[in-house]
Amino acid sequence: MYRYDEYDHTLVLERVAQYRDQLQRNLAGELSDDEFRPLRLQNGLYIQRHAPMLRVAIPYGMLSSTQLRKLSDIGRRYDRGYGHFSTRQNMQFNWPRLEDTGDILAELATVEMHAIQTSGNCIRNITTDPFAGVAPDEIVDPRPYCEMLRQWSTFHPEFAFLPRKFKIAVSGTLEDRAVTYAHDVGLQLYRDEKGEVLARVIVGGGMGRTPILGSVIHDALPWQHLPTYLDAVLRVYNRYGRRDNAYKARIKILVKAIGAETFARQVDDEWQLERDGIATVTQAELDRASAAFTDPDAPLRPASDEGFDAKLASDPAFARWVSRCVRGHKRPGYRAVTLSLKPTGVAPGDISCKQMDALADLADRYSFCELRVSHEQNVVLADVALADLYELWLGARAHGLATPNIGLLTDIICCPGGDFCSLANAKSIPIAQAIQEAFENLDYLYDVGDLELNISGCMNSCGHHHVGHIGILGVDKTGSEWYQVSIGGSQGNLTSLGDVIGPSFAAEEVPAVITKLVETYVEQRTPEERFIDTVRRLGMAPFKAGVYGESTKKTEVIHG
Amino acid sequence: MAELIRGTEVVVDDWTWVRLPETNEPVRKSAGKVVLFKLTGEPAASEDVIAACDFPAGKVLLPLSVWLRRRDELATRADKGEIGVWLDSHEEPAVLAESLGGNLNRLPLIGVNFPKFIDGRGYSIAFILRTRYGYRNELRALGDVLRDQMFFFHRCGFDAYLLRADQKADRCIGALKDFTTPYQTSTDGQPPIFRRRSAAGDRP
Ligand code: HEM
Ligand code: SF4
Repeated sequence: MYRYDEYDHTLVLERVAQYRDQLQRNLAGELSDDEFRPLRLQNGLYIQRHAPMLRVAIPYGMLSSTQLRKLSDIGRRYDRGYGHFSTRQNMQFNWPRLEDTGDILAELATVEMHAIQTSGNCIRNITTDPFAGVAPDEIVDPRPYCEMLRQWSTFHPEFAFLPRKFKIAVSGTLEDRAVTYAHDVGLQLYRDEKGEVLARVIVGGGMGRTPILGSVIHDALPWQHLPTYLDAVLRVYNRYGRRDNAYKARIKILVKAIGAETFARQVDDEWQLERDGIATVTQAELDRASAAFTDPDAPLRPASDEGFDAKLASDPAFARWVSRCVRGHKRPGYRAVTLSLKPTGVAPGDISCKQMDALADLADRYSFCELRVSHEQNVVLADVALADLYELWLGARAHGLATPNIGLLTDIICCPGGDFCSLANAKSIPIAQAIQEAFENLDYLYDVGDLELNISGCMNSCGHHHVGHIGILGVDKTGSEWYQVSIGGSQGNLTSLGDVIGPSFAAEEVPAVITKLVETYVEQRTPEERFIDTVRRLGMAPFKAGVYGESTKKTEVIHG
Repeated sequence: MAELIRGTEVVVDDWTWVRLPETNEPVRKSAGKVVLFKLTGEPAASEDVIAACDFPAGKVLLPLSVWLRRRDELATRADKGEIGVWLDSHEEPAVLAESLGGNLNRLPLIGVNFPKFIDGRGYSIAFILRTRYGYRNELRALGDVLRDQMFFFHRCGFDAYLLRADQKADRCIGALKDFTTPYQTSTDGQPPIFRRRSAAGDRP
């Protein structure tokens, strides 16, 4: 994992001092709330329904057990004993006191963490594949490049006040697990015949109220040029992105307005200013960053383990968990394990401080003291020996971290919604819980198989409902909470945006609607077909009929 | 009173900043050659207003539009070094450069206005003036010039700062040093941090 050197340390400490001063001036009335707002946002501090909300960066999702223990400590001392993992590979605290936020940042700095640029109209935390470095299908380990870009983007002087937020995702695998087509910039790393690393640069994707998939503006950018090329992308956006309407201010709107080709040409023109200049990354720096992400000093292990095989045969609950939560690893005898933060009855992504401590212990014991946070709001232990899986499972289960539902319908991605968020049209957490309760029968759930369900409490789409196989969106109809349901969205290589099935529903109707969608799938599927495949093959009609009935022709206007 | 910082010193401002009265005629903002969309809140001055614009003797910092339309009449004063030009955040450095035959260094002073501090376009304008056009003379931040952005102004190429009236100059000068070693390069001559690291022989 990347460790700070003196430069990184100094910078983060200087930020704490700067923020404390800003907070102090705000509390003393010298800095108006309006002027403090963009500053605190760039430090991850929102003021929400109940209290400030502090969003802590987990750069590209990598977390050490020491850092997790600190998060737990902060959750206990400054919050209500829990935290929330978001889809942005961040941790959010929902109940800190404004006056304490400077101290919290100082605490974070002691474990090489911060809240820099986790919010506000700037370059945000860079996200990537939670299985980076261990995935069998990996072509390029994205983490050294993510780290280079983290440094490039942190306090970038030219891009601190963009028209709107700017999110970058990086992937380096055959199967894109970083949703690169739905970010302001997506970078897909690959190798040419000579083994040199190149980036496919995708610009202008995003969700929100105008979901758009990005366009490729450079197909083969050598890695050395990533910072200068991205400078050019950002400069064009900074100057020409709309600033008159927050809903039209993302880069996707600019790219759509002038066309991807024109945009690419402008970027290229701008790039010539810096191309091959001093900011071109050196091999020495790549080597330095790469050295931070070597494989842990893991002993060689046989590809199979008798004890594991025996437990698999004798303990069906364990076998079930393995089938959903354990995946392949590039090294023989190791596995990557996903621990679910989606048991029924807990807000998706929520984790108690006690669980954080337990998780840190499990990481110490079984996965070289490291963890990753996934954008599906779960936690990954990436380097677990096959022979340790059973013990790990027992340990995780004891702390409610072994729900065997990864990738299943109840592994719901869900935003904080109306319970916490002041922008919400509707609550989302209770909807997630009601659906989880409706699908408590594990055998049925397993029979239904892979199904991604995403819930957002409003059009800002924090829950990524557009790319859910089933997406649920909270809409406001004359002051009451309604839910619009879509199907056919997906992330990955076949990224697609879902289509709305029809008029929206009241909260209590939602579980039954999901049940009908699933029943339709079960009736219509061919063997081996996943929900999303059936939707792709048959289209909307049978699902619509399943939910609304053949004859109902409602004329109600659909909210959007 | 708005104070002027040049470099790291408070100095007496010997320039008059000339602004046109506000109008409500919207500007069509263009991205390169393509006309994009109308932006509200960025009023263009009418020909009448530009013609009527009055400015004192001595050193004056003029709006781009006035400079463009009245260049001939200003030629002698420009030769004496009495004319500076300021760009608003939506205006194009290219237009100014063209009016000077590509040589921005004929002007002793260029200003860039920050109508609101959250409007970050001026940072890119400064970068472009310093790099694409090799502008070397005074580059002054105008408008919503606040303590918490001083570090960014400086890094993007500004070397003078006309503070908003409520700002305390000593605090703003201090804020130029909020961070000792930034990560990335910009126009301030700082190398990106990885070049420092390898120069220092650091190894992980
Ligand atoms: C409760 C406080 C929150 C507020 C006020 C908030 C606000 C917003 C807003 C306004 C947008 C739309 C931005 C735009 O399209 O320009 C947005 C997008 C987004 N938010 Fe949140 N959010 C909150 C919490 C979260 C949480 C907890 C997550 C993770 C689970 C999250 C993940 C996202 C993501 C991934 C997007 C991106 C959609 C896109 O790319 O357009 N947000 N948020
Ligand atoms: S989707 Fe809407 S309701 Fe949910 S967190 Fe984002 S802004 Fe809030």
